[in-house]
Amino acid sequence: MGNLLSQASTLASKVDLMLLVLLALSGFFVVLISGLIIFFAVRYRRGSDADRSHAPNTSLRLEIAWTVIPLLMGLPIFVWSAAAYFDYQRIPADALEIHVVAQQWMWKMEHPDGQREIDQLHVPMGQPVKLLMISQDVIHSFWVPDFRIKQDVLPGRYTTLWFEATEEGTFPLRCAEYCGTEHSRMLGEIVVLKPTDYQQWLAGQDSGAASPAAQGEQLFTDLGCSSCHRLDDDLGRGPSLVGVFGSEVRLANGAVVLADESYLRESILRPGAKIVATYQDIMPTFEGQVSEEELISLISYIQSLQDEEEPR
Amino acid sequence: MSEITVGQTPQEERPSPPPQTRAPSYLNDSYSARSWLLTTDHKRIAILYVLGITFFFAIGGIAATTMRLELLTPAGDLVQAETYNKLFTIHGVVMVWFFLIPSIPATLGNFLIPLMIGADDLAFPRLNLASWYVYMFGGLFTLGAAVFGGVDTGWTFYTPYSSVYANSSVILTVVGVIVVGFSTIFTAVNFIVTIHRKRAPGLTWFRLPLFVWSHYATSIIMVLATPVLTITLLLIAVERIFGVGVFDPALGGDPLLFQHLFWFYSHPAVYIMILPGMGVVSELVSAFAHKRVFGYTFVAMASIAIAVLGFLVWGHHMFVSGQSLYASMIFSILSFLVAIPSAVKVFNWTATLYKGRISLDTPMLYALGFIGLFTLGGLTGLYVATLAVDVHVHDSYFVVAHFHYIMVGATVMAYLGGVHYWWPKITGRLYPEGWARFSAVLIFAGFNLTFFPQFLLGYLGMPRRYYAYAPEFQVLNVMSTAGASILALGYIFPLIYLLWSTRYGKSAPDNPWEAKGLEWTTSSPPPRENFYETPVVTEEAYAYDA
Repeated sequence: MGNLLSQASTLASKVDLMLLVLLALSGFFVVLISGLIIFFAVRYRRGSDADRSHAPNTSLRLEIAWTVIPLLMGLPIFVWSAAAYFDYQRIPADALEIHVVAQQWMWKMEHPDGQREIDQLHVPMGQPVKLLMISQDVIHSFWVPDFRIKQDVLPGRYTTLWFEATEEGTFPLRCAEYCGTEHSRMLGEIVVLKPTDYQQWLAGQDSGAASPAAQGEQLFTDLGCSSCHRLDDDLGRGPSLVGVFGSEVRLANGAVVLADESYLRESILRPGAKIVATYQDIMPTFEGQVSEEELISLISYIQSLQDEEEPR
Repeated sequence: MSEITVGQTPQEERPSPPPQTRAPSYLNDSYSARSWLLTTDHKRIAILYVLGITFFFAIGGIAATTMRLELLTPAGDLVQAETYNKLFTIHGVVMVWFFLIPSIPATLGNFLIPLMIGADDLAFPRLNLASWYVYMFGGLFTLGAAVFGGVDTGWTFYTPYSSVYANSSVILTVVGVIVVGFSTIFTAVNFIVTIHRKRAPGLTWFRLPLFVWSHYATSIIMVLATPVLTITLLLIAVERIFGVGVFDPALGGDPLLFQHLFWFYSHPAVYIMILPGMGVVSELVSAFAHKRVFGYTFVAMASIAIAVLGFLVWGHHMFVSGQSLYASMIFSILSFLVAIPSAVKVFNWTATLYKGRISLDTPMLYALGFIGLFTLGGLTGLYVATLAVDVHVHDSYFVVAHFHYIMVGATVMAYLGGVHYWWPKITGRLYPEGWARFSAVLIFAGFNLTFFPQFLLGYLGMPRRYYAYAPEFQVLNVMSTAGASILALGYIFPLIYLLWSTRYGKSAPDNPWEAKGLEWTTSSPPPRENFYETPVVTEEAYAYDA
């Protein structure tokens, strides 16, 4: 794609290959259809002496052929792209987790050790990066054309995205979902560095900031969470949160849910929505009292509370 | 039988009609304004609709032209961001609901369905008139709200932006759109009942012209899909006015619910726009190849298949929205499947040309242009149905180009082709063939120059709805704007010469194209009651001599 567009992620070359196959397929049909139309329009123009005897009006064989053949040509493309999409949706376990909070009209990023950036994101090359994203207001969309990745960023719900950059450099980030007046100025850039340069960059950032988990631990105490959710035993008025993240939680109504980021977020803001089995609906809501950034910190803290025997 | 060769215009090679005292027609049986504004004649109502959609097309076109001028330069300099956002909202709302959806059904469909089935009018003539008033009222109301109040949500009204954050006349705008929705439903009910109940003796379902079949399929979609839009837009108003949490997560709502409901209507709406065009093209290809449409039954059934499958693909607008992975996979495969009946139609039209007697008069130029643009639009539909590719091109100019190839490229080509083909029947006059061919070619070239560069822009990374953009996109944007000015000329010419022809055009014979179809058996223009005697049908549609 020349200078206009790089193939700067592991996904990019796969998507471009699919594009080329689609171009070949559609090129075939365009040439076939337009070729036939032009040929017929000349040969069978009114007044020409071309043979018109036994002109067919219908043919079951032809109908079946041009139903089945395009279908058989399309299905492998579906399977191929669905497989790629499936991989794209599964986040590698060792991915570096970066938090993104979007709002009209800016992107706020936070690294695992607490370094924050606005409208700019430094990432290491050759390492999977996971983005946990949420919006403070309307829907935005995180698009890095050079990586061929895009994910809507929703209010009230986390969405995730991952990529592995394969090329050093600076690549534009553009909001792709119309989000109001300055939508076209909701821009940013992804700066891909060698892993060692990335470490150096991290070290050069303001080290005063604590990691999200450490900030969350502080909040956990300040907001009084720890008075009910005890860490050492299950005897508090609320369930212990050790080892909860990623586990399956049985609810009072018998349902079982996966305790992921969105579940924890909901339980903080609307505690009554999903009551854990054997517990009472007594937790107060924290709606309006914690910002999206603080919520992410709290969740990071809960995520860090793993059982000791687990290797995390 | 007189043969027409390529290059000759019909009015040159035919003897001018013998001097005659004009028979009373629907046009000259009365002249008062009242006789037009209170008419229940489907033909006059069709003319009223032509005036309405032409007006709204001009409004939408002016908005589009202003946007293209803004996009000549990367910086946002001609208009402000806020103005630009209002412009694309007006453009989308007006073009989708007040032009494209009524375009062919309410004008050509209204005029021709009774003529094609040998009836004196639609089943409910007064409902037909009411639908025009409802349409005009809703359309002007929305236009007023959008122009004087301003609305900047885009035609998609995505929540929670539209329901909570947008500081513009969202409620008034959606009220107008809801009102126009009722006119769509009125028209659709009228068509369905008419096609069931008012066919001439001998006109069995499988003798119906394909134009009628495609309008039947369209009407079913209109009746089933439009109420969903009404409810969805009402819910936006409810959330905005009363703060009831439906779509806004801050109130406990779900923003994706809106997208599901909206696209459950709006994807079938694309088929509301294209199916009537397919019906027109079937008529044109058959008439100008002078041959029965190849695979008639398959073309008819393909319309029904599109109508049914079209309801099952809405989620392909949401591959990057955060909907479930498995839902996306199902919507992807269904989107591949819905392409098949469209492809079947294209193959059958092409096969119709084989061993035909083809003349390239203006309507046929439009029909072939339609097939070309529809093929490109349809094939690029596969790109956006392909999951991993859509992740990249979603909400980019690639998508803008894709749906304009279908909705503008194909539908407007079919509309103009149909207007030219039936112009002699509608007005009793012939249009100037040379000018018409020139304009048809101009539109085809201008359209491609406008929208083809947008495929490239999208893939290279330009998002839609940006009023300022990165400088590397300028060359392609300049090409696109240049194309748009050619396209605008191409649209202005027919407006002028068609109006001119109503006064100065040569008188049209009853069947200037020597075409089959009941509408050509009555006079041009037809009398108020369409036929002096109810026709009796004894043959298949398109029974051209082999």
